[in-house]
Amino acid sequence: MNPRPDSRGAAIDLESVIKAYGAFKALDGVSLRIEPGEFMTLLGPSGSGKTTTLNVIAGFTDVSSGKLLVGGNSVVGVPAHKRNIGVVFQHYALFPHMTVGRNVAYPLTLRGVDQAKRKARVATALDMVKMGDFAHRYPSELSGGQQQRVALARAIVFDPPLLLMDEPLGALDKKLREWLQLEIKRIHRELGTTFVYVTHDQEEALVLSDRIAVFNRGRIEQVGTGRQLYDEPATLFVGRFIGDSTVLRGEARSDGTSTALGIAGETVTAPRRIAGEASPVMLLRPEKLAIHRPGQAAGAGANRLSGTIAEAIYLGSGSKYEVKLADGSVAIVRSPLTGESFGLGEKVELCFDGADAKLLPDDSTADTTLT
Amino acid sequence: MEMKPLTRVILGLVCLLVAIWLVAPTLVVVPMSFNGNKSLAFPPQGFSWQWYQNFATNPEWSTSFLNSLRVASIVAVLATVLGTLAAFGLDRMKARPANLLRMLMLTPMVVPGVVLAIGIYAVYLDAQLVGTLAGFVLAHTILALPFVLIAVSANLEVFDKRLETAASSLGAGALTTFRTVTLPLILPGILSGLLFVFATSFDEIIVSLFITNPYLKTLPVQIFSSITRDADPTVAAVGTILLCATTILIGGGMLLLGRERKGRL
Repeated sequence: MNPRPDSRGAAIDLESVIKAYGAFKALDGVSLRIEPGEFMTLLGPSGSGKTTTLNVIAGFTDVSSGKLLVGGNSVVGVPAHKRNIGVVFQHYALFPHMTVGRNVAYPLTLRGVDQAKRKARVATALDMVKMGDFAHRYPSELSGGQQQRVALARAIVFDPPLLLMDEPLGALDKKLREWLQLEIKRIHRELGTTFVYVTHDQEEALVLSDRIAVFNRGRIEQVGTGRQLYDEPATLFVGRFIGDSTVLRGEARSDGTSTALGIAGETVTAPRRIAGEASPVMLLRPEKLAIHRPGQAAGAGANRLSGTIAEAIYLGSGSKYEVKLADGSVAIVRSPLTGESFGLGEKVELCFDGADAKLLPDDSTADTTLT
Repeated sequence: MEMKPLTRVILGLVCLLVAIWLVAPTLVVVPMSFNGNKSLAFPPQGFSWQWYQNFATNPEWSTSFLNSLRVASIVAVLATVLGTLAAFGLDRMKARPANLLRMLMLTPMVVPGVVLAIGIYAVYLDAQLVGTLAGFVLAHTILALPFVLIAVSANLEVFDKRLETAASSLGAGALTTFRTVTLPLILPGILSGLLFVFATSFDEIIVSLFITNPYLKTLPVQIFSSITRDADPTVAAVGTILLCATTILIGGGMLLLGRERKGRL
């Protein structure tokens, strides 16, 4: 987390925000505090409520109930054009009948900024996104990436304390996207305003954010830094949405200090237990699983599972294997380039330390949402 | 695909034939207007400007021309404003009632002009609107409204409403958004609607024949009554003037719109 008390950005508070369309709740009690100057990403699958949350903050959508404060003041009922919040859209939304310069000057003209100042601020904003030479072009003469940079300049030129971005790189190819991610990060650092960024791409969220709020079915599952979400997922949904993971399900036995899962005749144990009624599952990150030929396993006390290689993917820096376990489920393992390599259909053994397994309540809804 | 020379020649000839067929009736009018004799015979005999002179000096002709100009101008403004508002309303309504209303508003285009004319005449007799400026304006507005509705609706359909959302995020209220974003982008539709409406009203004859009286005649009515009374080549002179005027108007409009579009490409 990265709060900056000296920042020019605004804090945002959402408290139990509900947005209902008839019986369907697009937002089902969302509470979130975003610190001034923070880069917060709203991450989730489509229809999870992340864009609705953004629209609620921007003022494009009314809330059904709940509180919404920007910079400490309630903005419920305040129309979008009076909120002074910058918004960048996935579809750029540049005005096609205006040049780049006039597009960027638009919010300044509305605010009655005089011509000399306007010109200077437009130039500064365009320079910040490296589009200074394009002021006299029309949007249709620019590439997608260039248009989005102009849209970004237009959204920051009036110095809003808060910038919202709705999948701004969604329509761009991978290389351009990665470069613009770094540009957005740099601009966030230079401006010091609060950024709220919506994406369904977990890698993008990890690259950009101070913190990430993971959305699922109109609710926030967990808020935290990328590392927290990866290492300590609060729910199975979060664990599966961020990064690769292997989920082990089986017949659970708990003896007070540890939990054992019986999976098709083999048993694995973790020195932990979970409270409540829900049946526990184990979540393992690929780098916590070691892969061996049968009988060659090392480490004493390690858990063992046998399986066959279902898919071998060469990644350059190493290899990724999908291993089919005895119960039919698939484990994901990453092995370094220096390790052994395995062929399709080969019998292997997976080992892991029980302490590395995250024990989480089984949330079978996560499966249906992810497919 | 490369065309055989013979195919190309035949295709060219057919096109030429169709083109001549289409414009010939119009072009016949031009030489007739310079006829030396008072007859509508073709080909004309002799040469004179007298029919143009007659058009300019004979009060019967000049008054009806001014009447048409006046009616068409008022109708153009009225129908364009109403039609644009209607197009907006329909665009932002639920699809089902909007389609129903749209069909209703387009009926003047489908209903036979004579039927409409009889209906309007019957009502106008009671309302004492026959031969009045208000009567002509009202009737022509009904006839012209569909043209604006169609032209503006077509523009609104391709207009990206998300631009309005973007404008509001940048600080523009509803009216400012309309003035600075929506209006400039649908202006081509409104202008072409305006042009159509002006032309529709200016050369409307069927309904006008019913609701005219000796005190208020529009130009088409005057042309019609003149040609049924005697063979006055002034009709041809008027036709030629109108031909030139519409060519300049439409051609100029197309050039202007074309340049605008090119600038944005």
